[in-house]
Amino acid sequence: MDVAVTYDVSVIRKDFPILQREVRPGVPLVYLDSAATSQKPLQVLDAMRDYNEHHNANVHRGIHTLAEEATALYEGARAKVATFIGAADPREVVFGKNSTEALNLLAHVLPFGPGDEVVITEMEHHSNIVPWQLACQRTGATLKWIGLTDDGRLDLADLDRVITERTKVVAFVHQSNLLGTVNPVAEVAARAKAVGAYVVLDASQSVPHSPVDVGSLGVDAVAFTGHKMCGPTGIGVLWARLELLESLPPFLGGGEMIDEVTMAASTFAAPPHKFEAGTPPIAQAVGLGAAVDYLGELGMTAVHAHEQALTAYLLEGLGAVPGLRVIGPQDMTARGGAVSFVLNGIHPHDVGQFLDEYGVAVRVGHHCARPACLRYGVPATSRASLYLYTDTSDIDALITGLERVRSFFG
Amino acid sequence: MSAPQLQALYQEIILEHYRTPHHKGLREPFDAEVYHLNPTCGDEITLRLHLDGDLVADVSYEGQGCSISQASASVMADLVIGKPLADALDVHEEFLRLMQSKGEATPDEDVLEDAVAFVGVSRYPARIKCALLAWMAWKDAAAQAVAEAGGAA
Repeated sequence: MDVAVTYDVSVIRKDFPILQREVRPGVPLVYLDSAATSQKPLQVLDAMRDYNEHHNANVHRGIHTLAEEATALYEGARAKVATFIGAADPREVVFGKNSTEALNLLAHVLPFGPGDEVVITEMEHHSNIVPWQLACQRTGATLKWIGLTDDGRLDLADLDRVITERTKVVAFVHQSNLLGTVNPVAEVAARAKAVGAYVVLDASQSVPHSPVDVGSLGVDAVAFTGHKMCGPTGIGVLWARLELLESLPPFLGGGEMIDEVTMAASTFAAPPHKFEAGTPPIAQAVGLGAAVDYLGELGMTAVHAHEQALTAYLLEGLGAVPGLRVIGPQDMTARGGAVSFVLNGIHPHDVGQFLDEYGVAVRVGHHCARPACLRYGVPATSRASLYLYTDTSDIDALITGLERVRSFFG
Repeated sequence: MSAPQLQALYQEIILEHYRTPHHKGLREPFDAEVYHLNPTCGDEITLRLHLDGDLVADVSYEGQGCSISQASASVMADLVIGKPLADALDVHEEFLRLMQSKGEATPDEDVLEDAVAFVGVSRYPARIKCALLAWMAWKDAAAQAVAEAGGAA
């Protein structure tokens, strides 16, 4: 069966050399683990190689030619990312290691203390749970969370009870990496704003897959990571309104983030450099810049449409596998292309191992979202996740593989 | 039909123990009870050990996990129950060596019995922890039971 596509996937796939490899002789790779990390197109690999071959130097220090070129490329990448997410100003884009680091940064510098409350949700990735747990332990604030409904959504009936006058931060995920659920950002943000709380959005699974305009989300800060959006590992983004970044204290101290240093005290650089202590991931920033160029050229609306069509095809295929239960939204209403499932009586580890023998790469385990797994009474799931280069044959291979799993273990 | 690699991993003997586990379900009496979790995959086991002098009188367990971890618990209980503790610990050592062999070992069937079927698992680094979960829990329980007995003596 064919699904409507908005660009020619067979052409796109040629940009990703890894998709042409075999896992073992005669067994081609079927990559359905893009929610863990995406593959990288030649355009990104070439940009990073070109940087390292011709322009490598440290940034923001030295006046030699290479230093100036490297600085221009690094800051140019920041500007590209800013444009890509609709930031008002490139200074609102802070580069770090990944989403986790961005969320830890916020958990360290946002102001709250004893008697205050921090609100998260039960569907968060551990990276948006543990930093807030640590921050609450450190400051004496209380951690609360919004629960989930049986069909994999935030229990918004709980919203006014959980978010109160004492709430100082509301941090939640835009699109769940486990369930695929796309959360109603405006509704949660509005309630948080009504009580004067800061709103933090983990956009690790949304920015790579759909058009995201940070300015219109109604949130104060957004975190996402380069390697899930065709970029390299080692670079992530914190976006926050400039006034907020200006008002917050630094997180890590070191070179590049200072204004003036004496032995007794220091003053700090303006954002974004205030939050970028030490030599930053320069080649990775160049790679991320090339990645957003690549995504921008395809168009995020087209990427989203492609993935929505394929996700519907995937849900339909999974629905026909006897004994299979999808964990998360069962239909296409407000959901993305990460689909978790359990196959009755067969442990996800066995499912994943078996599929790998046929070249099909899925993620198995609790997906760093153990509380949500516990909520749905499963210790682990198998998860198939799509991206702009996935095609229907990938999904057909998964469904065939699942039939083989059933006949082997059944 | 499945690929030969898979058949080496999922030998029929493993699948039999997985489908019909031996000694599953927690039993009385016991001298030590431990809970072990594999944090990367969520596999878990609660295991009880009863010592009668220096004899492993009983091992029972409850848990959930993949076929490898469940079959391994079943095979392990079969192997150690009724053995002197020192012999059972030797079997444990032998099984550890098998798991570290990267599929190259020729396991001693006289010592390991059904556990020889796990030789294929040692080729899969991500699965070795699954096979070892019950064994590690058992060793932990044995250490606790011995410490307890020592303390009481």
